[in-house]
Amino acid sequence: MTHTAASKPILKLMNVGKSFHKQVVLKNIHLTVQRGEVTVILGPSGCGKSTLLRCLNGLELIDEGSIRFNELELTPKGRQWQAVRERIGMVFQSYHLFPHMKVIDNILLGPLKVQKRSKAEALAQAEELLERIGLLDKRDSYPRELSGGQQQRIAIVRALCMNPEVMLFDEVTAALDPEMVKEVLEVMLQLAREGMTMIIVTHEMGFARAVADRIVFMDKGSIIEQGNPKSFFSEPQTDRAKRFLQQFYEIETWKGRDVI
Amino acid sequence: MELSGLELLLQSMPQLVKGFIQTLLIAFYSIILSTIGGILFGALQTIGLLWLNLLTRFYLELFRSIPILVWLFFVYFGLPLFFNVHLSSFTCAVLVLSLWGITEIGEVARGAFQSIARGQRDAGRSIGLSTIQLYQYILFPQALRRMIPPSINVYTRIIKTTSLTVLIGVTEVVKAGQQIIERTGEAVMIYGSLFVFYFLLCYPLSVLSRKLEKRMT
Repeated sequence: MTHTAASKPILKLMNVGKSFHKQVVLKNIHLTVQRGEVTVILGPSGCGKSTLLRCLNGLELIDEGSIRFNELELTPKGRQWQAVRERIGMVFQSYHLFPHMKVIDNILLGPLKVQKRSKAEALAQAEELLERIGLLDKRDSYPRELSGGQQQRIAIVRALCMNPEVMLFDEVTAALDPEMVKEVLEVMLQLAREGMTMIIVTHEMGFARAVADRIVFMDKGSIIEQGNPKSFFSEPQTDRAKRFLQQFYEIETWKGRDVI
Repeated sequence: MELSGLELLLQSMPQLVKGFIQTLLIAFYSIILSTIGGILFGALQTIGLLWLNLLTRFYLELFRSIPILVWLFFVYFGLPLFFNVHLSSFTCAVLVLSLWGITEIGEVARGAFQSIARGQRDAGRSIGLSTIQLYQYILFPQALRRMIPPSINVYTRIIKTTSLTVLIGVTEVVKAGQQIIERTGEAVMIYGSLFVFYFLLCYPLSVLSRKLEKRMT
């Protein structure tokens, strides 16, 4: 994807830091995301990548630095997050659909109650989105009647129906059976092709390589490397990233029993 | 003329029924107020604001550490004395039982709200719901089901505790019974009927609560 030098970043993080009970989970994070860009955050478990994502829509609050969303400074205490959250969609590892609501009501809750849109207009959009992911026939089902992959795709639609400017994906395939991973990744890939700005935390290396405009590699709460996927995967700059990638390649090249 | 026990019971029925009705009314109002207040009280405890936690904790401890009877005396005899507020014994009874019931239902509600997966809050917030909307549309509807069986148990306790209000002069069913006994000296029949009354009122609730609980697991 190309960007003119003049384009304003949609998200700009400067020197972001966060601690939980004196344990530093994020430090010195600088990150700029352009409109339409797909950023994939990689890193070992506990490196702070999910926390970073959650800081972007105020599910966690940062202790240091600043986050700018378009022209809006997100940092000050008492920020009205509701207005920000309806413009930044988020999808979670365990879907978190509302179990007491039908699929369609899950999707319409935000548009109707938060954005106060007209029922007819929101419903039309919800149905169109469901149609696109092939789940229109599930509109009146309850989440428990759906497979994990279906639930996760509905969760993506729930976020999309708010017409967000950015979508955050927090390990959205990690809880899925392998055969359902693909159907979810396809939806995300399609979204990326349509130009959605996306920030994705994932462990799916193949997908990361395919979808990313930029890879951000984190370890111990810091960004230690970032670049385009091609160079990151073929020639990582840091030892830590090399070792991290090595783990995945090793498993891919295992043969039979001689591993032991 | 000596009356047989049964005749006596029939004769004193109107007075007993008046007492039943008083008991039922106190219990009814207290249960309604406890439920509404308790759900709010439980929700306030789970919002996660320090000053709210301290405040609710203080209120809770007041009712945990001071017997209901002392509360009844305090409100009935103390309020006129210290604040020049005069309430009827019936109002005092409902007030104290409700304030206490709020703490009990509040604990039930708090547990129910806390038992809902953390992710539901995240998901609700991430689509921009306000705190009130989050409780209204996401947490409360899910918590309600889990609240029902333990709440019914609290209701039976409220019903039974109405008997304490005798001591501030409410003529509920126990008091009515005592008056009849004083007049006639027939204790066994009257206390027996009180026994049956409370049992018939509370036992079905207790069964219902257990059934609902079983159905949910």
